[in-house]
Order: sequence, then structure tokens, then C-alpha cells
Amino acid sequence: MAEILPPGRTAPDFRLHVTPDQTLSLSELKGRRAILAFYPADWSPVCGDQVTLYNQLLPEFRERGAELLGLSVDGAWCHQAFAQHRNLHFPLLSDFEPKGAVARSYGAYREGEGVCERALFVLDEKGVIAWSYCSPIAVNPGADGILDALDRMTGTEKSHGDAQGARHSA
Amino acid sequence: MAMLRAPVTARDHILGSEDAPVVLVEYGDYQCPYCALAQPVVRQLLDQAGPDLALVFRHFPLSEVHPMADTAAQAAEFAGAHGVFWPMHEALFANQSRLSPSMIFALVGALGLSQASLQRALALGTYAQKVREDFVGGARSGVNGTPCFFVNGVRHDGAYTFGALAAAISTARRQAMTANQAARQGDATSRL
Repeated sequence: MAEILPPGRTAPDFRLHVTPDQTLSLSELKGRRAILAFYPADWSPVCGDQVTLYNQLLPEFRERGAELLGLSVDGAWCHQAFAQHRNLHFPLLSDFEPKGAVARSYGAYREGEGVCERALFVLDEKGVIAWSYCSPIAVNPGADGILDALDRMTGTEKSHGDAQGARHSA
Repeated sequence: MAMLRAPVTARDHILGSEDAPVVLVEYGDYQCPYCALAQPVVRQLLDQAGPDLALVFRHFPLSEVHPMADTAAQAAEFAGAHGVFWPMHEALFANQSRLSPSMIFALVGALGLSQASLQRALALGTYAQKVREDFVGGARSGVNGTPCFFVNGVRHDGAYTFGALAAAISTARRQAMTANQAARQGDATSRL
């Protein structure tokens, strides 16, 4: 398993296709919390269950100030068909060209197979990683870790953010 | 190891005694084919274990892919409020391949309940909150798909076949008996 970026690190910025003719960059989410869910492949059974679960939990994520982004190496057209099929209401980003470059920058790329790890990152309002987790590839990690991480940030949000920011500028 | 974080309380539907040494909590979706397949397995487990096993069913409707799941869950809660949760629960699974609003209303009618009351409850979302609480409690306990079982509070990560679940239940029963015995001995010692 790859070494994914740990808490305390600034999340590398990126700009990726979110539809065939639109792109989204991480910096556009600054000021909001973000959940990055890297997964191996659209249409695979485990990924399907995982994105379906997260799709149902969007109200809980948004209640905690977080936007969810899904990322895999699938192309934008593939993402579009998958999102329609599963009725997804959050963006799927295409880490397609150069393939897996964003996943690599997070330590979440599987070289042998050429797909993303099943890795989760929760980012604070400043784009600093507050929690990260890499699941065994065949195991759906569920959402409990994400919700727990977001709850730990609630309330201690300011001091936590400042401490992380300070450590970073040091 | 994922643990059940939402304890079994009076708000739950429980089949069997809440004091049973083993409580099986199932998170399910009335439109999930795997949940329907698990129903005879659960029935068989209850028959085999007798009073040693109780079943709790909680809703985990994946309504974005199963458009009837949430309505079905609310209808089951409506039936529960009228004392017939389990017959409705079984009827919903038995008719899974044909679930539609009219089918759900027909099932409620067949149980002798008022279809107009169901219509009102659905329109007002009377049971929507409870269904959502089940869902979120499950997600926080690590439910990542359906069906998902917890045996005495521990998520069952094995297959949901009769053999795998029966083995988990019998281990949990042994542990519960041992803990019970230890507690009784502790009581006896403290009385000395």
C-alpha cells in the first residue's frame, strides 16, 4: 500500500475535468472543508457501493461544512455515465491526463495496476489535511471515519486550523 | 473492528426478548436484492437459536439507487406504529420484485390499516426522521452497504450465509454466558 499524505500537510492543489467541458480546482473550495475520495474504478462493485453510500450522506457532510469530491483515473465521459447511472449529486473528477498525476501527488496511486488507491482525505478550510486513510483496495471504508474527522474539527476548528497553519508556515 | 454505536433502545423493532444473550442488529433496504436473499437466513437463525437470539431491524435505504426504498421504510414504520411492523417487514421483502407505491398501499390495506392514514403519514413525513436516524446511526457505526449485521454490537464482516452468521452467533452466545457467569460469581464474592 502506498504512503498517503498524512494529517498536517497542505493538500496539493489540482485542476481536473469534472465534466467533458468543465474543470474544477481544489483552490476553488478554499474556505470550505473538503472530502477527497480517491477510488480505483467507476462501475466496480465496491466503488459503486462506496459512492452510493457517500451520495446518501451528502446532507450530513454539508451540515458539517464539507464538499465531497470523488477522484479516479476514469475519463470524464465515463464519470458522466457512472454518475447518471448512480444518481450522484457530487462531482467526480477525472485524474486521466497525465494519468494519475493528482493521485501520485497524494501518495494514492497504485503503480502496478494504474489506478487510484481507495484513499480518503478530509481537508480543513485552509486546505490542510485534517485526516487521511487508505483502505485495503477491496474494502469499502464506509463513512464513519469521515464523519468522525469532521466532528473532531467542529468546535476546535479555529485553534486547530491556526495550529496547522502555523506549523505549516514554520 | 467496527462496533454498533447506536445502542438498541425502546425505539427499535425487536423480534424476541431484549434480554436474549445474543442480539442481531440488521441494517437493510427493502429494495436491496441481497437483503431479500438474507431474509430466509435470518428466519432460520431465529428458528434455530430460539429464545437465545433476538433480531433488531433498522432502515438503511439507499434511495438514490432504490427509488422505493425510503417509502417502503416509512410504510414499515407506519405499520410499526400500529403494532404490525414485522408482518409489514416480511410482506415488503416478499413482494420486493414488484414494489411500487400501489403495492405498498395494498400491503398496508391487507394488514387492515388505513391507506388514507399512510398517505397522510407519507405526505407529512411522519416517519421520515426515524428512518433517517436509523440510516445515519448505521453509517456512523460503519455500515457500508446492505445487508449489514451486528452480532452483540460487533459488525459481522463475514458472509451473510447461515453457516457464517450461526458461527458468529454461537461465539457471541458463549461469550455472553461466560460474562454472565463471571458477573454472578462476582456477586457471590461480594456477598461474602
